[in-house]
Amino acid sequence: MRERLSTVLESSDRRNPSETLKRSKRVAALEPNFQEAGLGIRKNHAAFVGAAATLALALTGCAGGGGAATGGKTTLSFLVDNADATVAAAQELAKEFTAANPDIVVDVQTRPGGSDGDNAVKTKLATGDMADVFLYNSGSLFQQISPEQNLVAVTDQPYMSGVSDSFKPVVTVNGQAYGVPFGSGMAGGVLYNKKVYSKLGLSVPKTWADFIANSQKIKDSGVTPIIQSYKDTWTSQLFVLGDFANVAKSEPNFAADYTANKAKYATDTAAIKGFQHQEEAAKASLFNKDFASATYAQGLDMLANGDGAQYPMLTMGLAGIQASNPDKLNDIGFFPLPGDSATSNVATVWLPGGVYIPKSSKHVSEAEKFQAFIASKEGCDAQTKAAGVTGPYLVKDCTLPSDAPAAVQDMLPFFNDPAKNSPALEFLSPVKGPSLEQFTVLVGTQQADAQKAAQLYDEDIKKQAQQLNLPGWN
Amino acid sequence: MTVNQTSPTVSPPRQEAAAPPSGKPLARKAKKSAYPYWFYLPAAAIYAALFLLPTFASFIFSFTRWTIFDATFIGFGNFIQFFQEPALVTGLRNTIVYAAVTSVLKVVLGMLCGILLTSNIIARGFLRSVLFFPVLLSTIGVGIMFSVLMDPTKGLINQVLGVVGIQGPAWLADPAWALLSVALVDVWKGVGLATVIYIAGIVSIPQEFFEAARVDGAGSLKTFWNITMPLARPATTTVIILSLIGGLRSFDLIWAMTQGGPGFASDVIASVIYKQYQAGFYGLSTAGNVVLFLIVTAVILPLSILLNRKEVEQ
Repeated sequence: MRERLSTVLESSDRRNPSETLKRSKRVAALEPNFQEAGLGIRKNHAAFVGAAATLALALTGCAGGGGAATGGKTTLSFLVDNADATVAAAQELAKEFTAANPDIVVDVQTRPGGSDGDNAVKTKLATGDMADVFLYNSGSLFQQISPEQNLVAVTDQPYMSGVSDSFKPVVTVNGQAYGVPFGSGMAGGVLYNKKVYSKLGLSVPKTWADFIANSQKIKDSGVTPIIQSYKDTWTSQLFVLGDFANVAKSEPNFAADYTANKAKYATDTAAIKGFQHQEEAAKASLFNKDFASATYAQGLDMLANGDGAQYPMLTMGLAGIQASNPDKLNDIGFFPLPGDSATSNVATVWLPGGVYIPKSSKHVSEAEKFQAFIASKEGCDAQTKAAGVTGPYLVKDCTLPSDAPAAVQDMLPFFNDPAKNSPALEFLSPVKGPSLEQFTVLVGTQQADAQKAAQLYDEDIKKQAQQLNLPGWN
Repeated sequence: MTVNQTSPTVSPPRQEAAAPPSGKPLARKAKKSAYPYWFYLPAAAIYAALFLLPTFASFIFSFTRWTIFDATFIGFGNFIQFFQEPALVTGLRNTIVYAAVTSVLKVVLGMLCGILLTSNIIARGFLRSVLFFPVLLSTIGVGIMFSVLMDPTKGLINQVLGVVGIQGPAWLADPAWALLSVALVDVWKGVGLATVIYIAGIVSIPQEFFEAARVDGAGSLKTFWNITMPLARPATTTVIILSLIGGLRSFDLIWAMTQGGPGFASDVIASVIYKQYQAGFYGLSTAGNVVLFLIVTAVILPLSILLNRKEVEQ
């Protein structure tokens, strides 16, 4: 399954038994802000249970594609993924945009998330059936929809000057930018329970050795040190993906070498660390007993209730906790996955998805107005109002509310200082192997060691690079 | 049927029951059809547009690196890559294990249930319905239901086993059990159909054989081996072929329950192909489908010929 980590969010109603069923099939409501924030972490699909509804929505979407002018008003179709939070944010944006521009009506349409959504987007672009504006991942997945062929470049639009410089590269191909950010950034590291930490007198670990030492103490106290949830396969990738900032700090050229087929996970001593750390934690039995069958939702529950102390996860997990255990939200903190050295304590960050205009749109100028609205302070505020806040926005004028959750406060210092973070690899390279989550499950369940998994992943990467026709891979 | 009725004799019905697809239908085929051939046209057009054309296109696309936006011809590159796929060996082995386990269990259990449900037991009709019921359920629904029931700690199955003092395995989460667990669910769902086929086969065996055997002093075991087993052979053939084809291209249940996991422990060829498709490797996954098509044909065609020939020889 190759969905993005970011699209998966916890369903809000946890006590309803039918929700439990759905959740087990990974129907996760999305965090508003992290919509498809590309974050190449692939998660499992929207549930089969939800599929019927999704399909119905998607079909409606097809029928309405293209937009139409009615009574002097222009209707702009806007295709987003079907996560609850994304839809809420998109509808609030549409409503406030129409209030400011009375002659343009925005019709929000939905598509499935994850790889089904990828295929839907590619098909719609290939057949010229895409909505007037649409939301899709930035970074490596964005590269796969042939932007130069399919999208309207907006590099010179005045509103692009308001977009954060750290976001522009992930929606740019050959010097042309194509999108504006939707939602907020997030970090991938460890979400931890502050109450457990303070009860045991632990401090936030700065090195991997400290992290293991803390985990042993937590284990001795009878609490699960590290939460893993392999029923939702995508959650297994954080040890590797979240470690990338450490790789980038020790080998600044890794991303370029990796894209050029010169650096490999299996042979690079820094890159393989993520796999090795996961193997070490598995061998030391630091995981919850039901790690192989637990779901993402159960993992977040365990963390919120203090049954588990640390969960390697994206900060979008906060949205899940906000939905299921709102009173526990401020018990949760964040620290980056530690590397070998305490001096380089850096976080891996994920950038949000972008909103793009396809060349097939008949309302390009109206669509650009809508992009401008999304990339404005009013746009950010509309999203915050609809879906809460789980990280910083990538629009220069936007600010976070003062009551942002504790873990968001923890991640801000890393986010604000470029020396203390690195974007995840998928934002620095067009290549991301689709099967990483299976390999990290192999390591976590001890069916393969770190070396073997890294080799398998290198093979997986090769397929992706060849598919993209990159130089140096054939 | 009308042909038979014109020349009624005492013995023919029982021969027919034992070997229905004998020479007669073939002989009749030579007669000129009462309808003109262009009556076939609408069906042929639909068949060509919805089946032949896509099938042919997929053979072409399997030789390209295909991104939906464009396709580059790469010869046998996809096939080479497909056979180098690390998950393929596991997938191939799992596919065969899955097909074998499900067909054997369906034959054995189907025959036993068939015999039980043709004998004079209480509530026979009710039991037949109960046994057939799972066949009517949606496969995805069954998969979701069982993945809840098979949860290692909170699942009903392990809780019940725990009450009687057995520590159940982690069914779907344990790599050693995952494939077998899904196969068992497949059997639970499919055994009703096998039973119905056996019931039909067993009922069509003339009672005289059983009476004669009883007179000769045969016990029930002997009757089973020498009468029921051989005369229910057409049913066995049908069940084996249906469940083998189903097993070889099984996908929905596996996808609903494990998605090929944990890791690759329950991956079958179809799920390997689906994952490639999801990853956007359209050419590669099309090549995989061509390979799967060839494998299924290579297994089923000779098997079907073999089983049918033996049947005629009888």
